[in-house]
Amino acid sequence: MAPLLSVKGLSTEFRTERGIVKAVDNVSFDLAAGETLAIVGESGSGKSVTAMSILRLIPDPPGKISAGEVMFDGQNLLTLSDEQIRAIRGNRIAMIFQEPMSSLNPSLTVGLQIAEPINLHRKTPWAAAMDKAVELLGRVRMSDAASRVKAYPHQFSGGMRQRAMIAMALACQPQLIIADEPTTALDVTVQAQILALLKEVTRAANSALILITHDLGVVARYADRVCVMYGGRIVEAGPAREIYARPRHPYTIGLMASVPRLDQEAGSRLVPIEGSPPNLANLPPGCAFAPRCRRATDLCRNHRPLLVQSTPDHLSACHFHAQLSANVGT
Amino acid sequence: MQAYIIRRLLALIPTLIFASLIVFITVRLIPGDIIDLMLSSNDIGADKKSRVQLEAALGLDKPMVSQYFRWLGAILFEGSLGKSLWQNTPVMEEILHRLPITFELGLMALFVALIVGIPIGVYSAVRQDTVGDYVTRSFAILALALPGFWVGTLVMVFPSIWWGWSPEVKYIAFTQDPLRNLAQMAIPALILGKAFSAVVMRLTRTMMLEVMRQDYIRTALAKGLATRTTIIRHALRNALIPVVTLVGLQAPVLVGGTVILEQIFVIPGMGLLLLEAVSQRDYPIITGVFLVVGVAVVLINLLVDLSYGLLDPKVRYR
Repeated sequence: MAPLLSVKGLSTEFRTERGIVKAVDNVSFDLAAGETLAIVGESGSGKSVTAMSILRLIPDPPGKISAGEVMFDGQNLLTLSDEQIRAIRGNRIAMIFQEPMSSLNPSLTVGLQIAEPINLHRKTPWAAAMDKAVELLGRVRMSDAASRVKAYPHQFSGGMRQRAMIAMALACQPQLIIADEPTTALDVTVQAQILALLKEVTRAANSALILITHDLGVVARYADRVCVMYGGRIVEAGPAREIYARPRHPYTIGLMASVPRLDQEAGSRLVPIEGSPPNLANLPPGCAFAPRCRRATDLCRNHRPLLVQSTPDHLSACHFHAQLSANVGT
Repeated sequence: MQAYIIRRLLALIPTLIFASLIVFITVRLIPGDIIDLMLSSNDIGADKKSRVQLEAALGLDKPMVSQYFRWLGAILFEGSLGKSLWQNTPVMEEILHRLPITFELGLMALFVALIVGIPIGVYSAVRQDTVGDYVTRSFAILALALPGFWVGTLVMVFPSIWWGWSPEVKYIAFTQDPLRNLAQMAIPALILGKAFSAVVMRLTRTMMLEVMRQDYIRTALAKGLATRTTIIRHALRNALIPVVTLVGLQAPVLVGGTVILEQIFVIPGMGLLLLEAVSQRDYPIITGVFLVVGVAVVLINLLVDLSYGLLDPKVRYR
């Protein structure tokens, strides 16, 4: 069966004062219907730009999708007309953004903003669309939904706003929901609720989910498959369980060592990744992670490793992927 | 909200007392007082006796403080702004007669400013750094730079030389012939509104650029809305809040503009009344006009503040 979404060789550039920056470089991945894919990486790794590029929401100028194709249900989203891509946005592919505080329009009621895609794509009259908005708010477990639709975003807490955003994304029963760090701006106690809700509603609607996050803990619980991004490229990809158990890229290993785990020995220390994320305008010729990698050799510094199959369903872009799997945790 | 309005109206009282005091004193300090003017224009011999008689007749012989309190008392207890020192007609009547004319001119100028400034500002922001943006911005600077009195004079003079046509100088009341009245008012309203529209355009452009960068605009686009719907439904409303503030701030400037343009286009509004009164030192008319303008400006700003409640749901009046 053909995947629901197939991204091939996607590259997105930004023109800046210091030259052209490749924010996303030759990124490829597939997503099956109903599947959850996590894209993991630090800020600046290109994960958000990848997500925005799928729906062509990159502001142009300065941004530009320079290469690749995004096949969604048999059509290449990158070659559609403006009108055709608008018919997909919010309808068949919906997005949830990081900042629930600023992602809702402060001067319109929450209900209207949820009803808007229904009115737009389903041609439902406003009154009926507002009824649907009440139902959607109920589905994201908003208490007292009937009166909440008339409220404005500033009357909502962060968690409630993100519930409203999820309701908005669900409005037209999309086949794919892209959630760009949906819990980063929320209180820790609310994060788990929102993620559980997101997973539950996407499963109920049989929507596929792309979950963009920097939190590996999230990945383990909610994702079926994972892509780890670094410096605009995918450095490791595979089933979540496999990557969590047997990471095959030093960056992923570093990420995991820097996150607290319950099964860790008491008193053991978290190990941060030394150094800072790479400057995308000036990437080293070899592996982008080499300057921060304790295992780096001259080979790493001079030759960029390709993303290769380490095992049949596990891809890694490390020259030493085969050795890594053997000694995790060292 | 009612309590808020009442509080704002109460705050009007000290403002007006203070403003009237300043106007009351300063008009009497202008060199060449009304007695000199009357004596010279009526060919009455300027002897000491007739001067004293005139002063007594006009009530100008009393100390300024007692004059002020008599004037204030008349407003409070009789609702009267006094009588014109020249025509002996009630000032209130004269002002009420002319207020609608100036109000019409100001309203038309405001209409011009908004109907021109907002769409061009939006266009200029959406097409940022294109030829269209530069052209409209240059025109805005030009409209700001050309003084209204100069443009007004040109419009009065040149068409009559070139085509033997000039704007109507005999005032036609709206009640008499609405269409001709509007046609007559259109030119001064355009000139009065031109500089204002340039300011509105610049502010709208800046605010639109700011708002279009907001996350909720990205959300709107991600829903599949067309750019046009996004601008109108999601951006404009948020961008217009400061523009409304500007309208309140510019209201007194508009009043000042009417004084000059009513003179050039011979429109018998409050501006012309004020100008004549100042040149004739008709003190009650001057203070009366300023009082009414003061009330109008404060009320306009109250309306502006109340309209925030419609535009911005975060604003609630208590």
